[in-house]
Amino acid sequence: MLISYNWLKEYLDINISADDLAEKIERSSVEVDSVITRSKGLKKIIVGQIMSFEKHPDSDHLNICQVDTGEDELEQIVCGAPNVEVGAKVIVASPGARIADNVKIKKAKMRGIESRGMLCALDEIGFPKDVVPKEWSDGIYFLPEDAVVGNDVYEYIGMNDSLIDLDVTPNRGDMLSIRGTLFDLAAIYNKNFELETNEVKNYLNDNISDLINLNVDETLSSNYNLRIIKNVKVEASPLWLQIRLWNAGIKPINNIVDVTNYIMIKLGQPLHAYDLDKINQNDISVRRAKNGETITTLDDVERILNETDVVISDSKSPIALAGLMGGKDTEVDDNTTNILLEGANFNSVNTRKMAQKQNLHTDASQRFERKIDDSNIVNSIEDATGLIEMIANGEATKDILTKTVNKSKNKIINITSSRINHVLGTDFDNNTIIDIFNRLNFEVEIENDSIKVTIPSRRNDISMDADLIEEIARIYGYDNIGSTLPTTKMTQGKLSKKQKLIRNSRKSMEEYGLTHAISYSLTSEEKSSQFSTNDQESVQLKFPMSMDHSNLRMNLLSGLLDDVAYNQARNVKNVALYEQGRIFIPNDNDVRPTEIEHLAGVISGSLVENNWKQKSKKVDFYDIKGILNEFLKNLSFVDEITYVATDKYSNMHPGRTADILIGDTKIGFIGQVHPKLVQKYKIDEVYGFEINLDIINDLPKKEQLYNQISQYPSIKRDIALLLNDDITHADVYNLIKKRGGAYLTKIDLFDIYEGENIPEGKKSMAYSLIFQDKNGTLTDEDVNKSMEKIQNNLEKEFDLEIR
Amino acid sequence: MSLKDDLNQIKENGLVKIESSKSVKELNDQIRVDLLGKKGLITQTLRGISNLPVEERPEMGSYANSIRDTLQVAIDNKAQELEEKELNEKLKSEKIDVTLPENKVIKGHPHVIQQIVDQIDDLFLGMGYEVLSGPEVEEDVYNFEMMNLPKDHPARDMQDTFYITDEILMRTQTSPMQARTLEKHDFSKGPLKMISPGLVYRRDTDDPTHSHQFHQVEGIVIDENITMADLKGTLEVMIEELFGDKFDVRLRPSYFPFTEPSVEVDITCFKCMGKGCSVCKGSGWIEVLGAGMVHPNVLKMAGVDANEYGGFAFGLGPDRFAMLKYGVTDIRDFYLNDLRFLSQFN
Ligand SMILES: [Zn+2]
Repeated sequence: MLISYNWLKEYLDINISADDLAEKIERSSVEVDSVITRSKGLKKIIVGQIMSFEKHPDSDHLNICQVDTGEDELEQIVCGAPNVEVGAKVIVASPGARIADNVKIKKAKMRGIESRGMLCALDEIGFPKDVVPKEWSDGIYFLPEDAVVGNDVYEYIGMNDSLIDLDVTPNRGDMLSIRGTLFDLAAIYNKNFELETNEVKNYLNDNISDLINLNVDETLSSNYNLRIIKNVKVEASPLWLQIRLWNAGIKPINNIVDVTNYIMIKLGQPLHAYDLDKINQNDISVRRAKNGETITTLDDVERILNETDVVISDSKSPIALAGLMGGKDTEVDDNTTNILLEGANFNSVNTRKMAQKQNLHTDASQRFERKIDDSNIVNSIEDATGLIEMIANGEATKDILTKTVNKSKNKIINITSSRINHVLGTDFDNNTIIDIFNRLNFEVEIENDSIKVTIPSRRNDISMDADLIEEIARIYGYDNIGSTLPTTKMTQGKLSKKQKLIRNSRKSMEEYGLTHAISYSLTSEEKSSQFSTNDQESVQLKFPMSMDHSNLRMNLLSGLLDDVAYNQARNVKNVALYEQGRIFIPNDNDVRPTEIEHLAGVISGSLVENNWKQKSKKVDFYDIKGILNEFLKNLSFVDEITYVATDKYSNMHPGRTADILIGDTKIGFIGQVHPKLVQKYKIDEVYGFEINLDIINDLPKKEQLYNQISQYPSIKRDIALLLNDDITHADVYNLIKKRGGAYLTKIDLFDIYEGENIPEGKKSMAYSLIFQDKNGTLTDEDVNKSMEKIQNNLEKEFDLEIR
Repeated sequence: MSLKDDLNQIKENGLVKIESSKSVKELNDQIRVDLLGKKGLITQTLRGISNLPVEERPEMGSYANSIRDTLQVAIDNKAQELEEKELNEKLKSEKIDVTLPENKVIKGHPHVIQQIVDQIDDLFLGMGYEVLSGPEVEEDVYNFEMMNLPKDHPARDMQDTFYITDEILMRTQTSPMQARTLEKHDFSKGPLKMISPGLVYRRDTDDPTHSHQFHQVEGIVIDENITMADLKGTLEVMIEELFGDKFDVRLRPSYFPFTEPSVEVDITCFKCMGKGCSVCKGSGWIEVLGAGMVHPNVLKMAGVDANEYGGFAFGLGPDRFAMLKYGVTDIRDFYLNDLRFLSQFN
């Protein structure tokens, strides 16, 4: 909402610049978006008078005007506006002037005729199009007749005023008016203000209650008032009123509509004027709409209504959407002579829902949604009536037709200085506090230790002591409150075991070369279950924004594949990423899905960049296994880590994928992403893993133990085997380990070979075994014995050949 | 020629040979053996000593020894000299171009938002706070109602929500964890001090300033004597930790349903240091977080006696912090995982 600095100063005696005032409002009341001065940035925009004009010989819409700009000679200006008129005082931008959007004016030739500058429409000098009165929207603007030729135009049309743009929070509806802003500023600066209102001088002899039959559903409007004003003369408002409105961001329409808007800005109370003669049978009711009823609102939109809508209706049909906008059929126009003026309080929840449903957010609805001040309605009607009498010659009924639910009394809240100090960390005495309440115009009484505060009806946001504490804090100033740290009983801040595991997992992955990716938890239905081994369906949103983000992920890998695709499409071919985050598994026993912490990683391309020295090498299964296994090894599980080949993941390579087990517990899988899937993503070969950190967290771990290093020499023996292709390394390794005896300390596979010189279906594997005794020197004989045992068992178990 | 002359001759010739030697190998393998070896010249010459009268033998013996020593020292010196020269030549031939590119260390990078979250976590852990993350799929009750946002509350319009059912939703803030924790906390055992970091979700169309998924860290402290001044001090410590000490902090009134009083916290604009620029829309200030004293209704709904206990809460967005701190202009960059973007942060 735009608040005019000049308008404020009319009532409040302060000597502070608009910028400083805005800063103060921001620190004490509500956010300020900006301070606008419409003349800022403009240059040499002056008053001119059209002395004569003639048609441009080569154009059917251009006129060649001779304009008096106060110089010795008339300026010749070619103008395309349809409304040039001899004698009109107009806005002139001479050569050297700067108009809106920083456009500089130079002399120019227009179709061969010299033109020194331009005659301006309001939007050309920076007025937003939607505040320019209709009369002036298609042509140049005419300044008042008494404007002095050669002077700057700014002052004549309110462009020197500073407009403070308030961003009012939902609780501070009272700040949506000059009146509310004055109350706050008066408190902040400890000043008084005088809000002058217009008085009605002459009344009609008629009583409105004899003319109108009113029916109000009190659940929809707790306070509804009407007054008839007859014999008005509808015309454009005086310039001062138009300036007030366009400086508040509202387009002037005619004097009647303008008065209702003016009072809304001034006092915060939305008003509406109907053309009385267009209302059927003078029957007015406030009621819920009937299903299927329609109304065409002032914005020319036909709206179909149902029972959730609230309307003002005559005997036939709706004439306004309550709290939002009036109807076209009862609009005040140039021919209107009698009006019905409405001032009401409409239910805030209904208004908000209607505004949302109709997508019709108006200045009025904004105020009703935030609740208006009941005690201010009649004043507003009086002020408006006085102004209409003054500028439109109307005559009003003396009475106002009112339907009001029993007025609620002003709220009273008890508070103590100790409570305030306890919350704010201050040490105010009663006087300081009472002074602030007085400045806010809250009535205060002292009762024993407690301060009894009566909350004025304009501040319906205040309902409890916490609200009063806020009033004290903001008026006193947050800057003036001290700054300490909480003093409490000692608490220990530490991460849980699981949080430590999660941090450790991230750190490890980064150490091993993977970069941390954060993908979206919401993904497509297909991707959400991409690496599942069962047909469980993922959780779906009720109203997703797009099909790409409709379901909750049940795996992290599919997001990482998106990331690989994103990078490789941009020519970043070597990708090594991990993600640590939650997956969501539907849960029959809970309304919420189970959230499980996962860790996943992918590699594609090469781990090293090709350069003059290091050669890149395509990643393979053993690279990703190395990364994961290093992480798992460091967790020191009590049970062994094993990799069991599996072909049950439809999106993984059936011959290059393993389940990962710790003891008998499956913690995840690792392998090559299925070539078919990779092709779909248009990416290179990808290897990846995904594991469940929650399970890992619960698995038993060993204490870190120190192994004494043997002082005695070790003996190394190599053994080469020729064996069937289907025997795995794990088979061989486990057997050697089992049969190797107490001194076998290390088993290394150092060669594996298939092809030339090896029979079809066979392979050769070579291991080196290291033997060592902690307590003495091993003899060759000891080792021979072990080797023999190993060899015998290998031969027996696997039908292989020792070479 | 006397024996002495022979020895002198050997010395003269020997020294010349030594001096003119070109390599350590020649010096050791040839010259040393020729002169001083078992079958060397001195040994051979000394065989003539038996022809001398007995009383002259000792003197000649020691003379011969002194020549042997001289030659020995000359060989050693020359050897050392040659060794040094050879080493220098070798080193010279080993010269490399130190400006050639290095071998790359393989290394991953932490995500910039995670870094900020970890930094905040660590700061508050150090001040005795717990870190509790809470579920990302929440119940309406915890996400809204217990945060003092009943079903018809206007502020619900400000937070468009992904619903799964009428009662289950993607959390729009991490504060539901406050309600969950408040409900359970035993205040007889001490204060509640915690922060809850995590992902939150809003029904927004992704664009440079909006993301349907982003991060939030909320903090809460509840005890018998927690004040607004404590909130101010805590926020100042955090802002200094995250942004450094060059910035002024400004609190201004705001509105959140779950706090009263509510404040928004601004810091001096990074870009213009308070002079006013496009980033701060000319104000010189940038909004970084929201905070306030926990609303008595929130405490009551969680079963906490609001007369006895009270405290503060605050909430901030690490995505926004990262954008401000590093000048990132598109929030979507945090979720695209472009390695060229991610690897700039360490
Ligand atoms: Zn700035």
